[in-house]
Amino acid sequence: MPKSAKRPVLVQPVPKSPTGIQGLDEITGGGLPRGRPTLVCGGPGCGKTILSMEFLINGARQFDEPGVFLSFEESVDDLTANFVSLGLDPRPLSARKKLSLDYVRIEPNEIQETGGYDLDGLFIRLEHAINSIRAKRVVLDTIETLFSGLSDTRTLRAELRRLFNWLRTKGVTAIVTGERGESGMTRHGLEEYITDCVILLDHRVVDQNATRRLRVVKYRGSTHGANESPFFIDESGISVLPIASLGLQHRVSPGRLSTGVPDLDEMLGSKGYFRGSSILVSGSAGTGKTSLAGYFAEAACRRRESALYFAFEESAAQIVRNLRSIGLDLEPWLRKGLLQVHAARPTTSGLEGHLSAMHRLIEEKKPRVVVVDPISNLISVGTSIEVKAMLARLIDFMKVKQMTALFTSLTIDDAHPEGSDVGISSFMDTWLVLRNLEVNGERTRTLDVVKSRGMPHSNQVREFVLTSEGVKLLGVVRHEGRVLIGSQRAAHANDSPVAPSRSRKRAPRP
Amino acid sequence: MKAKSKRTTKPRTTEASPEFFDLRLYIAGQTARSLAALANLQRICDEHLEGRYRLEVIDLLERPQLARGDQIFALPTLVRKLPEPIRKLVGDLSDTERALVGLDLRPRASSRS
Repeated sequence: MPKSAKRPVLVQPVPKSPTGIQGLDEITGGGLPRGRPTLVCGGPGCGKTILSMEFLINGARQFDEPGVFLSFEESVDDLTANFVSLGLDPRPLSARKKLSLDYVRIEPNEIQETGGYDLDGLFIRLEHAINSIRAKRVVLDTIETLFSGLSDTRTLRAELRRLFNWLRTKGVTAIVTGERGESGMTRHGLEEYITDCVILLDHRVVDQNATRRLRVVKYRGSTHGANESPFFIDESGISVLPIASLGLQHRVSPGRLSTGVPDLDEMLGSKGYFRGSSILVSGSAGTGKTSLAGYFAEAACRRRESALYFAFEESAAQIVRNLRSIGLDLEPWLRKGLLQVHAARPTTSGLEGHLSAMHRLIEEKKPRVVVVDPISNLISVGTSIEVKAMLARLIDFMKVKQMTALFTSLTIDDAHPEGSDVGISSFMDTWLVLRNLEVNGERTRTLDVVKSRGMPHSNQVREFVLTSEGVKLLGVVRHEGRVLIGSQRAAHANDSPVAPSRSRKRAPRP
Repeated sequence: MKAKSKRTTKPRTTEASPEFFDLRLYIAGQTARSLAALANLQRICDEHLEGRYRLEVIDLLERPQLARGDQIFALPTLVRKLPEPIRKLVGDLSDTERALVGLDLRPRASSRS
C-alpha cells in the first residue's frame, strides 16, 4: 500500500461533449462521454426525443458539432413540427448542413424474413449521413423499434452490439434511446451493450401532479450526481435542476439591506439582512409573515431596487389591500413597475410549471429582491424533497445573481414551528420565527431570530405588534422570572416606576 | 386475409393474366450472403416468374444514397415494387417457402403455423 501511495495513479479524465442543456452538464461534470454512445431510457413521453434533439441542436449551434438524427418512430415532417413547437426549429440547421434528419420506417406488415441478414443497410445509411455533414453527434431514436419489424432477435442483438462498437470507432458522440422495459432498463437489454453512460428519465404522477425526473445511472470513468433530479420542458427546451450539485461558489456580499422594519434591522446587528442572502420567515396562520415580506419588498422599492413578489396564496390586489391596513402602501411601487407581483395558485400547474415560470421570470426581470409567499404552498404541489430540491436550485441561482430572497413558510404546529421547516432551513442564511402565543385568554405575536449567519443578532424573543403605523417589535418585559406580554405588560407598566412604554427598553430587574 | 380479398377483387391475378414483377435486390458488396441472395433469387425467378419480371441489383456500397428511398436497413433486402402492395423480403432468400409467400406466389395462410 505505501508503495502505490508513492506513485499516484494518473486518472485520465474522460473527454466530454457538452449537451448545452441547463443542469445536465452540471450533473455529468461536463456532458456526455465524447466519442461514445450514451443510453437514454424511459417510458413513453418521458422526454427522450426532446433531450436527444436538444443535444444535437445545441451541438450544432453552440459547439460546432454537426449531428445526425435517425428516427425509427416519427417521420421527418412530424419530428420537425414537434421541434418547431418547442422553439427548436431544425430546418435552418438542416439547410446549413449542420443537422441531418432521417426516418427509418419499419413496417412489420410488409417485411418477410427469408434467411440470414445483417443491418448493413442501416450502417450504410448512417455512415452516409455522418459523412455528408461531417457529423460529430448521432442520435438513434428508438432503435429498439427494429425488434418490432424483425423477429430474429439473436441476429438483431449481435448487430446492435456491432453497431455500437462501430459508433465508437467512428468517434461520434451518440445518444441511443430505449423504451423502459418490464424487467430491465430497456425492453431488449440495450444497457448490456451501452455501458459508457446510462441516463434514466422518468415521468410520474404524484398526487395528480406530473413531474419529470432524470438520473444518471452510470457513467464509466467519471463521477456524476447519482440523485434523481427534477427536470422540466417548456418553450425553451429542457432544464434539469440538479439537487446535489449546489455550487457553493457564489460571490459573498458584505453589503446589507434593510428588512423594512427598523426594529428588526436592529435585531440583526442594526443593519438588516445581507445582500444576496436567503431569509426564511416561518410561522402559523396570521402571525404576520406576509407583513414582513411586504415591508421587505417595500424597502427595496424605496431604495429604487426592483422587487419580484411570488404570491401563492393571495392575489396582488388582496396583498395590497391587506398591507394597507398596517400602513404599507405598495400601490405606487406597483404602478412604477418597481414591484411586480406574480400570483398563482400552486395547484394550477405542476411543480415543473412553477419551476420554469419562476426561473423565467427571475431571469427576465432580474429583480434585486425576491419574495416567495409562501414557499410552503408549493408543498401541496410536490413532496417535500422535491420542493427542497427546487428551493436549493432557486436559492443557488439567486445567490449567484446577488439577489436577496425572502421566503415565508406556513407552519402547522405553533409550539414547534421549527419542526416543519428543518428541511429547507439549512439553505437559509437568516431564519425568523413568528409565533402566536395564547396566554391568559389573549393572543400575542412574537418574533425571534433562530439564526442569522455571519452577523451578531439578538437572541431575544420580541413581541411583534402590527399597528396601523407598521410593524413594531416590543422589548420583552420580565417580571419575577416570567415574560410579560400583552395586557400583562401593560398592567406591569402601570405599576412600575420605570415604564417601558416604548420598545427596546430593558425590563427593570425585580 | 386482406391480401386474399384483394386478389379476388382483381381478375388480373388469375393464372390466365399473370402480373408483372418489378424487383430490386439491395446488397452491400460481393459478400457470400449477397451472392447467395442473388443465386436464390435467380432460381425463384426462373421457376416462378419466367418472362414477367424485371430485376435491378443495387449495391449500396456504391450508391449509399439509395438506401433511404426504399427504407432499407437490413441486407440483403429484396423489394417487390410491383405488383402492389410493396413487399420487403429481408434475408438471403435461402428459405424458399418464405420467399414465395413474401412475393405472394404462395398463399400466406399456409406458412403461418
